[in-house]
Amino acid sequence: MSLKPLIQKIPRWMLLYYALFIIWVVTTAMHIPDGYLSPVTSIIMFVLVLPFWAQGVQKLREKMSAKNIPIVALFAAFSFVVMMFNVPLPGGTTGHAVGGALAAIILGPEIATIAVSIALVIQAFFFGDGGILAIGANCFNMAVVLPYVTYAIYQAISKNEALNSKRRIVGAAVGGWAGLTIASFFAAVEFGIQPLLWHTVDGTPLYAPYPLSVSIPAMVISHALIASVVEALVTGLVVAYLMRANRPALAMVIKPQLAPEANSFAKWRALWIGMAALIVITPIGLLAPGTAWGEWGAEELTSLGLSFIPKGLEQLSGLWSAPMPDYDVAAVGNANIAYILSAVVGVLITVAVVWLFSLLVTSGKKNTAEISTNK
Amino acid sequence: MSQSSQPAHSKSRSGFIERTLVDINNTLEQSIFAEKIARQKGLLQALDPRLKVIAMLMLLFAVSLSHQLAVIAALYVCALLLAAVSAVPLGFFLKRVWVLIPFFTGIIALPALFITPGPTLLSLPLGIVITRTGAMTALFLLLRVGTSVSFATLFVLSTPWNNVLKAMGILRVPDVIVLVLGMTYRYIHLLLHIANDMFLSRKSRILRRMSGAEERRLIAATSGTLLGKSLQLSSEVYLAMESRGYRGYPRTMDRFRMHWFDWAAALVVSFVTAAAIWLGR
Repeated sequence: MSLKPLIQKIPRWMLLYYALFIIWVVTTAMHIPDGYLSPVTSIIMFVLVLPFWAQGVQKLREKMSAKNIPIVALFAAFSFVVMMFNVPLPGGTTGHAVGGALAAIILGPEIATIAVSIALVIQAFFFGDGGILAIGANCFNMAVVLPYVTYAIYQAISKNEALNSKRRIVGAAVGGWAGLTIASFFAAVEFGIQPLLWHTVDGTPLYAPYPLSVSIPAMVISHALIASVVEALVTGLVVAYLMRANRPALAMVIKPQLAPEANSFAKWRALWIGMAALIVITPIGLLAPGTAWGEWGAEELTSLGLSFIPKGLEQLSGLWSAPMPDYDVAAVGNANIAYILSAVVGVLITVAVVWLFSLLVTSGKKNTAEISTNK
Repeated sequence: MSQSSQPAHSKSRSGFIERTLVDINNTLEQSIFAEKIARQKGLLQALDPRLKVIAMLMLLFAVSLSHQLAVIAALYVCALLLAAVSAVPLGFFLKRVWVLIPFFTGIIALPALFITPGPTLLSLPLGIVITRTGAMTALFLLLRVGTSVSFATLFVLSTPWNNVLKAMGILRVPDVIVLVLGMTYRYIHLLLHIANDMFLSRKSRILRRMSGAEERRLIAATSGTLLGKSLQLSSEVYLAMESRGYRGYPRTMDRFRMHWFDWAAALVVSFVTAAAIWLGR
C-alpha cells in the first residue's frame, strides 16, 4: 500500500536512465531526427499530414486571401526566430518554445499548420534540427496536433470573451500547455511502436529502441513539466502583451471556417456518403489474413514471433476490456453483420463526441464574430 | 567592463539574453557559411539541384531501410568522399554532423546498452551488463542518425537556397508553398537581425539583477513586439507584391538543364541505392 517500498524497488540505473532520457527529450524538444523511425512509419506520417497541408494550401489559394501569403511567410519566420529565444523558467533553467500554439491563436489552426510546417522544413534542411524523412512525423506532431488542440482549448475557454479578457490569457496558456503535451504523447507513440515492429531476427531493435512503456511516460512527463510549461508561458505572456500593446494583432485571426452553415448536411454530403460506403465495405477487412497492423494483443505478439513482451504492455493489456472485443457482438450470429454493426456504432460514437466537442467550441461563435468586427 | 568586474552577477543577470544572442548569431553565421560553400567549385555544386533532391531522398531511404550495419557504414564512407570532392572542409563536416544531433542520440542510445535483453557482451562492476543486442541497437541508431544527417547536410551545403526552392518543384510542392518558403527564409534573416538588435539594446540598458518574472515579461514583450513587426511587415510585403504585378499565382524562372554528368551521377546514385537496399535486406 505504501509508496516507499515501491520506490526503493526501482533500480538505481533505471532512475539514471530516465534522467538521461528526459535530458535528451528536453534538449531536442521533439524534433525527431532521421533514423529513429522506420521508413514505413515516416511514410504513414506523411499520409496523415497530407490532408491538413492540402486544407491549409487551399485556404492560402483562395483568391481573396492572397494577402495571407506574406502573413504566413512572416509568421513562419517569426516562429523560427522565437524557437531560438531562451525562456527563463521558474527555478532558473531556460527552455525553448515551439511557437505553434501562438500561431494557432493568431492565424487559426489551418493556416498555423502551414506556417509551422514551413518553419520545421527550414529547420530540417538548414539546421539539421529534425530529420528529412521524419518531416511528416514532426509536422504531424508540432504543426497539426499542437495547433489544433491549442485552438480548440483556447476557443473553449475564451470564445465569448472580450478581446481584453483575462480568460484569453488563461485559454492561451492552458491551450499551449495541453497542445504540446498531447503532441509529445503522439511523438512517444511513434517512437514506442518502433521496437515492436522492426527488429532483426535476434530481437535487436532497428530504430528507436524503447517500447511504449518507456517512451510514453518519459516523453509526456518531461514535456508536461518543462517544455509544455515554456510553451504555455510564451503563449500566455505574448497574448497578455498583445492585449496591452497591439490588440489588432490579437483580433486579426484569419477566420477559420469552423461554422457549418445553414445546411450542413448538404455541405458535407460527399463526406457522409463516403463514410457510409466505407462502413459497408468494412467486411473486406475480414478477407485480409492476420490482425490489423500494430493492433496486436499480448498473445498475438508472442505468436508473431516476438521473443519478449514489454512488461508494460503485458500489464496494461488486462486493464481495458472493450464492450465489443474483436468487434464481435455476441448476440449477432453472422460475423459480417457484426462487423458492420461495430463499424456503425464506432462511427456514431465518434461523430457524437466530435459533435459535442464542436458544440462546445462553436456555441459562442456569434460573439466572437462581433468582437473581431469591433476591432 | 562592468561585466568583467562582476562576473557572477552579470551571468545570472542577463544570462538568458546572452544565450539567445549567441544562438541568433550562430544561426546567422551558419547560413552565411553554407551559402559560401555552395558557391565554391566542387562535384556536388556542379550537379542539377533537382537530381540532388531525388538522390538525397533515395540515399536517405537506403540508409533508413538497411538492416545491416556494414551497409550503413559504407554509405557513410560515401558521404565522406562526397564531402571531400565538394569543397566541404572535413573538420567542419564532421563537427556539424557528429557534435550536435547524434550527441543527444548518444545519450538516448546509452541506456539501451544495458536494458535490452540479450546475450552478455561485457560485464561491468556493480552487476551492470552490456548486452550484445543492446550494443547493436545503439550502434544502429547512432550510425543511422549520423549518416542521414550527413546526406542532408551535404545537400544543403552544396546548394544555394534559391535552387533548393526551385528544385522542390520536382517534388510537386505547390507553387504557393515554394513562394512562402522563399519569403520565409529571406525574412528569417531580417527578423533575426531585428531580434538581435532588440536583445542587444535591452542588454545594454540592464543595470540590476532582474527577477524571474521580469525576465519572462521581457521575453514576452520582445516576442510580442517582434510579432507586431512581422505582421506590419507582411502587409507592406503584400503591397509591394501587388504593386509589382502579383496576380494571385507565383511564377518562378526555371532554367535547369540536365547535362551528361547529371545523367551519369543519376546512374551512379541509382546503382548505389539499389545495391545498398539489396545488400541491406
